[in-house]
Amino acid sequence: MCAIYAEDEQTTRPTDRRRPVVEVHDLVRRFGEFAAVDGISFDVIEGEVFAFLGPNGAGKSTTINVLCTLAHPTAGRVLVAGFDVTAHPKAVRRNIGLVFQDQTLDDRLTAQENLRFHAVLYRVPSDQVQARIARVLELVDLSDRRYDLVSEFSGGMARRLEIARALMHVPRVLFLAEPPIGLDPQTRVLMWEDVLRLREEAGVTVFLTTHYMDEAEYADRIAIIDHGRIVALDTPEALKAAIGADTVELSTTDDTLATAALERVGYRVEAVPEGTRVYVEKGENAVPALIAAAGVPVRSVHVHRPTLDDVFLHHTGRQIRESHAEAMIPARVRAWHSRRR
Amino acid sequence: MSTVPLRPMIAQRPETVLRDEARTTGMVWLRELIRFERTRTRILSGLIQPVLFLIVMGYGMAGLVGSIEGFDFKKFMFPGIMAMSVVTTAIFSGMSIVWDREFGFLREMLVAPTSRASLALGKTAGGATVAAAQGTIMLILAPAIGVHLTGALVVEIVGLELLMAIALTAFGVFVATHIERMEGFQVVMQMLLFPMIFLSGALFPLNGLPDWLTVITRLNPLTYAVAPLRQVVFAAQHMTPRAQARFPSTVEVFGHTLSIGAEIAITAGFAAIFIALAIRGFSRTE
Repeated sequence: MCAIYAEDEQTTRPTDRRRPVVEVHDLVRRFGEFAAVDGISFDVIEGEVFAFLGPNGAGKSTTINVLCTLAHPTAGRVLVAGFDVTAHPKAVRRNIGLVFQDQTLDDRLTAQENLRFHAVLYRVPSDQVQARIARVLELVDLSDRRYDLVSEFSGGMARRLEIARALMHVPRVLFLAEPPIGLDPQTRVLMWEDVLRLREEAGVTVFLTTHYMDEAEYADRIAIIDHGRIVALDTPEALKAAIGADTVELSTTDDTLATAALERVGYRVEAVPEGTRVYVEKGENAVPALIAAAGVPVRSVHVHRPTLDDVFLHHTGRQIRESHAEAMIPARVRAWHSRRR
Repeated sequence: MSTVPLRPMIAQRPETVLRDEARTTGMVWLRELIRFERTRTRILSGLIQPVLFLIVMGYGMAGLVGSIEGFDFKKFMFPGIMAMSVVTTAIFSGMSIVWDREFGFLREMLVAPTSRASLALGKTAGGATVAAAQGTIMLILAPAIGVHLTGALVVEIVGLELLMAIALTAFGVFVATHIERMEGFQVVMQMLLFPMIFLSGALFPLNGLPDWLTVITRLNPLTYAVAPLRQVVFAAQHMTPRAQARFPSTVEVFGHTLSIGAEIAITAGFAAIFIALAIRGFSRTE
């Protein structure tokens, strides 16, 4: 079955970008009575960056584990790269790249040795291994560290090497579990640049989970998951647009007068403790007109565009709290940093 | 946008599956060797304990037991100490899976689209090679002890060490797949490894022990691995019949003296069982 597939794949690349590479139908995963994933359905289109956004315990990890064949679905049907995860787990694994939350490199080996190990286990033909190593290291900008021991790598470099390793066997989908906290913001940004470049240069579909709102912004589409269910799924722009317009808050010398004046001109307004809240299409552009229409001196202006935080709040009634994650720092950071043996 | 600089993988033909699994085993084996070669301090510290035993017990007991026509207790102990070195390294290597788990690399192996048996075999082969190498390094001490070496003897020693190492590494892999945490590793080392070594005849002759202890020594797989090593070493030494009687190298079971072939067969049998258990343990590991 693998033989047929691999040859078939060769003829169908370059990829049809509207074709789903991950198909999930009514996926349920129970642990006893508890449904960690409670009937979700979605497709991931070839070539897109797809983010799974939700707080810890929302069902992100469980879903990714099922998609990666590391956990069995209780019910439902999941196809990855055209293969059923239950019936053909090995075929699925050969077609996906995995970057786990915690590091899974051998730090006593060099970058090249780690990549070679992976190449052999994932059946990369021997005559292609060297070229492939050079290529993936170039993709994550680690070419000059090829012969260095991983124990000498920083956390960010190690993470990039893991991404490079996951690409060694040319996966159709790259699964990125959210990186542990403990990576500095600069490294996170760099990693995102890498991910977006991979999509451009390697044409790989990226499926990632995160509980960082600002990270999800980079994705083509976002699925917001809470209590094992997908509560919203769309592009970041559409998600934000769906929950409403921009708001401009004006603080004036006489808020009551200002509110009345703006309302008279036809703005949708609301009196708030800080002053007057106005709902408009494009916040920044509306400011001059609003100040003119207020009729009283304006002390301060605050323009607020809906964020994914607002989207999440809108759909779940809760804010996504980093504190969920903070509680997990000790275990994760330990795995990330204390790798020396 | 549509550039695909990385070529897709070529077909996985059924006839190449076996070759791919063999490559996997070879790669896991190679990793063990690279790691061994890179940790010179471990190679050195692996020597310290046996040398300490050799000096402390060898010289200490030599005074007590005395020398029989040029053959003393240090010479008796030497093959046992080599065996001890092999066994310790082998079990450590097999159990390094616990480290692999702790530091994440086990996951990289387990999620690969490869047979678990190939991984277990590679781990066993790698650990066994390392352990046999560590045991063979002990031979540099032979002149100091007064043990006479020949080319043929060295070949025999390496062969026996390899067999012993395979059995014990597989045993280590099997145990490691049933251990979740590092603490468990310490417990196993204390509760299993040391009694196994002490009751194997590596450090003192097994004759003249109380019956219940004799039974335990005969159930100990190590007993049958240590004895052949001692027999080939002794065969190359000049030993008078009196010395042979004082320093026995054979194992008796139910009143029968086992031949070296029988001992090797028993060790090979244990190796086969442990390899099967290791593969099974590895296959069930999450």
